[in-house]
Amino acid sequence: MKISRRRFLLSSAVVGGGVLIGYSALKPSKHRRANAELVKGEERYVTSFIKIEPNNNITIYVPHSEMGQGVHTSLPMMAADELDAAWEDITVEQAPAIDMFANGELVKGFAGEFGLPGFLKGIVNASAVSVAELMNLQTTGGSSSVRFTGESSMRTSGAAARQMLIECAATRWGVAADECNTALSHVQHNASGRSLSYGELANDAALLEPPENVTLKDPSQFTIMGKAISRVDIPAKVDGTAEYGIDAHSEDMLYAAIRFAPVFGTKLVSVDAGDVLSRRGVQRIIELEDSVAVVADSYWRAKEALKLVKSEFESSDADTTSSADLFAGFERSLAEDDSSEAMEVGDADAALESAADIIEGNYTVPYLAHAAMEPMNCTVHIHDDVAEVWTSTQDALSIKARVASIAGLAEDDAVFHHSYLGGGFGRRLPFNWNVIDHATLIAKEFNVPVKTVLSREDDMQQDYYRPAVASNFKAAFDANGMVQAWHNRFTGPVQTPGASHIPYAIANQSIGYVDGDTHVPVAAWRSVDHSQQTFFTESFVDEIAHRSGKNPYQFRMEMLAEHPRHRKVLEVAAEAAGYGQNLPEGHALGIAVQESFGSIVAEVAEVSLDANDRPVIHKVTCAIDCGWAVNPDTVEAQVESGIIYGLTAALYGEITIENGRVAQNNFPDYEMVRMADSPEIDVHIVESGEKLGGLGEPSTPPLAAAVSNGLYILTGQRVRELPLKNHDFSRSTPIAKV
Amino acid sequence: MASFKVNGVEKNLDIEPEMPLLWALRDELGMTGTKFGCGIASCGACTVHVNGSAVRSCVLPVSAVEGQEITTIEGLASVAAGANPSAPDLSAVQQAWIDHQVPQCGYCQSGMIMAVSSLLATNPNPSDAEIDSSVTNVCRCGSYPRVRKAIRSLAVA
Repeated sequence: MKISRRRFLLSSAVVGGGVLIGYSALKPSKHRRANAELVKGEERYVTSFIKIEPNNNITIYVPHSEMGQGVHTSLPMMAADELDAAWEDITVEQAPAIDMFANGELVKGFAGEFGLPGFLKGIVNASAVSVAELMNLQTTGGSSSVRFTGESSMRTSGAAARQMLIECAATRWGVAADECNTALSHVQHNASGRSLSYGELANDAALLEPPENVTLKDPSQFTIMGKAISRVDIPAKVDGTAEYGIDAHSEDMLYAAIRFAPVFGTKLVSVDAGDVLSRRGVQRIIELEDSVAVVADSYWRAKEALKLVKSEFESSDADTTSSADLFAGFERSLAEDDSSEAMEVGDADAALESAADIIEGNYTVPYLAHAAMEPMNCTVHIHDDVAEVWTSTQDALSIKARVASIAGLAEDDAVFHHSYLGGGFGRRLPFNWNVIDHATLIAKEFNVPVKTVLSREDDMQQDYYRPAVASNFKAAFDANGMVQAWHNRFTGPVQTPGASHIPYAIANQSIGYVDGDTHVPVAAWRSVDHSQQTFFTESFVDEIAHRSGKNPYQFRMEMLAEHPRHRKVLEVAAEAAGYGQNLPEGHALGIAVQESFGSIVAEVAEVSLDANDRPVIHKVTCAIDCGWAVNPDTVEAQVESGIIYGLTAALYGEITIENGRVAQNNFPDYEMVRMADSPEIDVHIVESGEKLGGLGEPSTPPLAAAVSNGLYILTGQRVRELPLKNHDFSRSTPIAKV
Repeated sequence: MASFKVNGVEKNLDIEPEMPLLWALRDELGMTGTKFGCGIASCGACTVHVNGSAVRSCVLPVSAVEGQEITTIEGLASVAAGANPSAPDLSAVQQAWIDHQVPQCGYCQSGMIMAVSSLLATNPNPSDAEIDSSVTNVCRCGSYPRVRKAIRSLAVA
């Protein structure tokens, strides 16, 4: 792919009321290529994300997956607003999985935030590809769509297209461009009362080079952004017509059920299929390196037949490994403390040496499965030297390349068919290749579409897990009871650098990590490292607050003098939750705050114990500073979602390893929060006007600490291990009021 | 041979009597609105109505629904509308789901809507406890607060 100079400009400057942005989004050649290769009839692409038809129907292409976060609505809102289009004229389409619609903006966005995120590092490590190739992704992850693609591609595309349409109208009328304005998908010349629809101008505009720089609107000029617009994907999700990857269907389709090596990293040794091939509908038994599959004319027949296939997998050193062994390994690793890249502020060791008082806290969290509602699946049809693929994915371009390579074809010989995702949460990111690879290898044996579906049990046991982590803390206090040092060592991997850092003004800090690798495969899980680290740090900060004799809210406020945005969300959440006021008998409030993915979130959890001394979470009050809200209703929905996801993890989430394999099977032993456990959630959006922050993940991190901190007040028991279901709160003593 | 009605239409399938209704609907009839979630009747993604009552179809053999009336998400509105030509395209529950912007990824929502429709048909104004005990579907996106609000809006109406 030819890279134009413009792609790499990302400086921005505030000029007057608008923002000038050198937009990498608009690759001048791209809209021309789109017009040459993709256009049908009278439609024209004005930029590669915007297509205008003569009847003024405007299509906006979204280069991100819709997995419930509302991005098929919020991104078009951004483009349409800058375009000055009428929302009624907008049609939203998923951008095809071709490099013309790559969304590599997020790579640069992340690079600016903390270097490349872990889930993208695999590309770099694997093949040392260039930044240009890294741009060639359609990844949806890292709470990045709106803040990176939206800000850098969608808004600039809309604004550039608007500018081009004005230019065409001005030329046609023989007037100056600055005498023209736009509204509701029309260019107007007020002096003469003339007006042309965008559709009437699109042909001309498509011939122009997109402008070098565009001026984005000031928020006061927004007509669409900032409104609670109904999501475009919802109608299809209430009448059964929404198609997910697993819904790919054809008359001649075959179905594969698959059994994986139960111990990660082991291989298939032998298969005894008996007379399974004689069963109704069964077509083939397929042996792969780490699995065996039965292919039949219905998924149920394949699954039933697979139960009768005997298989043997090789033995491995991990065959006797249990979770207890893994955590013991973490403790050894922490005791050796060979961390080389500790973040040092001041001299924590010296402060610990001279401390009047030291407290320690040793924390752990287990592995977690993603457990998206749509079990992992992939349909592949290889025919006539083409590989067609249907799967729910967080990166269509990567899947296309992967399937092509496994099928032995060139990337351009793979065709990707988009669908909605039945949940993603990180499981459907690139590099989590199981099921994609297997489905392709199985489909190679047939010339009809083959749909490979994991059972819920396999989905749970063959995941790429949220890493289990152990984290040890020490805090030093001086003779006045003031905290002087924060010392933290935890087990890796580190996927989101900085997640373990704290915003609090503690003079001496030492934060480092040690090796935590095991044979269990790991990957990003909603909020990535923040999910574990925020439970640790916000719980231990709470320990420090109580040891200091301070109210945990007041302590945080005092220690956050340099962080007004943190203080603001804490203040808003605490006030809305009634912090410091009388609560119902037997209730307590716990508080926590965390910045992640560009947003700052404070949560207050109101908790009690039920008649069986099990925790009950009545209400979670949340304040989020995400800069500003493109669609306030989807902001609230994402915050609610992240809280429930975090609550399931806090209350129940635990993947354990026994004999080298995952012990859990299905929802009964990997329990989920359901209606009965679901708290009231009160969301407050704090519009600071700062840069847009992410939304899909930031409400998950504070939840576990907020709940645990509340339970400490209620029971006097400090929760240092999740999940809460493993704790016995029956003999508890509320702590004295602070 | 298995025979039952789906959304008012007679279906005759040459399938094993023990095939679960879910897979008959999805793979044999190509009706993919009903979802596979857990395969053990735990999560409720596969919920359909058998003679108007919510049933989890992933463990229900077709032999158990011989001659019965099955309603799926695809037919919920038309079955509710019956012969009334001016009935809306969506049932009241489906419309409330749009009004309250309930679904996120949406995968569980076919089952959720079928479960709630069945509840409200027999108990138009359920208490919170009744909602909790009868709508036990799993939603990983955590749409529960909105599900509750949507049910409340229907109960008030």
